[in-house]
Amino acid sequence: MKKFGKLVVLLVLVAILSTACGGAEPAAPAESTGPFKVAVVTPSAINDLAFSQSMYDALVAIQNEMGKENFEFVVSDSMFVVDDAASAIRDYATQGYNLIVAHGSQYGAALQEIAPDFPETSFAWGTAGDTFGLPNVFAYEAFSQEGGYVSGVLAAALNKSGVIGVVGPVEVGDAKLYVDGFVAGVKAANPDITVNVNYTGSFSDVALASEAAQTHIGAGADVMTGSAQMVVGAVGVAKEKGVLWFGTQADQSSLAPEIVVACQIYDWTVVLRDIISLVKEGTLGGKAYALSLENEGLKMVYNPGFDLPADVKALGDTAVKGIVDGTITIGVGGE
Amino acid sequence: MEDLFTGSVLIGLLASAIRLATPYLYAAIGETFGQRSGVLNLGVDGIMLMGAFSGFYVVFKTGDLVGGVLLAALVGLIMGLAMAFISVTLNAEQGISGIGVYLFGLGMSDLLFQKLINNVQTVSGFPVAPIPVLSKIPVLGPILFTQNALVYGAYILVPIAWFVLNKTTLGLKIKAVGENPEAADTLGVSVSKIRYFTVTLGGMLSGIAGASLSIALLNVFQFNLTNGLGFIAIALVYFGGWRPTWVLLGSLIFSFVNALQIWVQVVGIPIPSDIAVMTPYILTIVVLVLSAQRVRPPSALSKAYERLE
Repeated sequence: MKKFGKLVVLLVLVAILSTACGGAEPAAPAESTGPFKVAVVTPSAINDLAFSQSMYDALVAIQNEMGKENFEFVVSDSMFVVDDAASAIRDYATQGYNLIVAHGSQYGAALQEIAPDFPETSFAWGTAGDTFGLPNVFAYEAFSQEGGYVSGVLAAALNKSGVIGVVGPVEVGDAKLYVDGFVAGVKAANPDITVNVNYTGSFSDVALASEAAQTHIGAGADVMTGSAQMVVGAVGVAKEKGVLWFGTQADQSSLAPEIVVACQIYDWTVVLRDIISLVKEGTLGGKAYALSLENEGLKMVYNPGFDLPADVKALGDTAVKGIVDGTITIGVGGE
Repeated sequence: MEDLFTGSVLIGLLASAIRLATPYLYAAIGETFGQRSGVLNLGVDGIMLMGAFSGFYVVFKTGDLVGGVLLAALVGLIMGLAMAFISVTLNAEQGISGIGVYLFGLGMSDLLFQKLINNVQTVSGFPVAPIPVLSKIPVLGPILFTQNALVYGAYILVPIAWFVLNKTTLGLKIKAVGENPEAADTLGVSVSKIRYFTVTLGGMLSGIAGASLSIALLNVFQFNLTNGLGFIAIALVYFGGWRPTWVLLGSLIFSFVNALQIWVQVVGIPIPSDIAVMTPYILTIVVLVLSAQRVRPPSALSKAYERLE
């Protein structure tokens, strides 16, 4: 009996701890009038220099545009457990947020179940192309192969060793599109270059990403790229060995100003702006979006600290133009 | 493709395995001490995260590498002490309290990171320090003696752990407490003192394991940097049959297969990536199953000890 008591105390302790470290930021009190209120659930940290940060940065930008009094947002980040994310989404829905963004393709099934219970609330999820036919769900994705292609063209021009390395996370979604687009870009510019690709099987395994980068460099790579929040490990190795790096999802120049050439960034403001105006007009969903170079949801950001030769940059600009006007077909993913 | 198994490739793979195995070794050797004395600490990964953050923070702010390791060790020690208090003094269920420690470390390390640093940064960690003369030995030199200080430390730890467990009175007491605490108690060995010692030591080594990631191998900190590595370390303790030398072997096999699967993908051997990344885990599970019949865990493992008064 004494033991049982201790067990109960302990369980309570564990429960308190696990909720205490859930990472949720306090939600603003819910009211139906006043500012437009958005709640976002992301799978990794909002400062991951990758997928989650791209959404966070967009929300901050929208808030600056609309003003703090007209736009409020809360974020629950690091929700890598889908069950936790699902309960957060449901909580936000009951608190009367205008729009709830489930920022992760893994949240789809949960959203499909929750959204019909809250017909007055608008939901958005991505990256995905499917609104489940629900009237209050938006979907958004990124044609990340486009920036991948541009980076590939640039990488081929800067490559001297004949070998380029790609540190991929999991062979799905925008990560796979990016990698395939990158390979297509390199091959279009110079079919003789060998592009070595590996996938670590995780979005967050920094140690494995770092070791993969070492292996790529061992195999002769002098230019590398990669995707997902784990790439900080690979960027660290690239920096140490003086190997050039191309980023995607968010601007990674700050990590290694010496070797980051350019990054494709996701600018979700294009999507969010349209969703917000639709929701205000009373349309709560039913539309699917895609970021592209054409709608400027995808942008190539060049690292000002890296001295990129003008003729190489011109190749990148030509590739962007070609993709936008349709003269270049990447042959990967949707267009 | 034809250069798959040239000498230099193999050297690269082995050097890679040596690096990858480093955090596993610190954590698993520490856990071996705890489990040998009968305490299962599932909080290793959380302690590693706290160690990783503490070490990173010191280096980020001051550049002091030794200070980083010391703080990581101290934070690990304190968390180990907390685990010992919960599992030894309070006699709490070890599995659950370990998970509590893990969740605490996972959340707290991220909270501190958000408040004190708030974006992903890199630091200059322990540099590669070739050992004079030894690093010139062909083959072995580049594999074993061209690493950083924390990598060397992990491998020096193995014979020390072996010596303590097998050749000292302290080791004998630890094992006695893990096998038969009642008998050990009767002979005047303080079960709780021994368990406090091993669990605290394990915590300290887990803290250093975290620092080996954040300021020696990866030189970054990020939410959940360890990505569950501490749990693999616990599996490696079972794999190694609670013996430091076998833990070393297990860590090296797991890490070598991991390095190999990366290489196989990089050179473009057409194996689906999902299959490739599974291989180290499959191998570990297979070996665990096979070794389960071979070695018996400490009899009192994960059992709280209450004196009959």
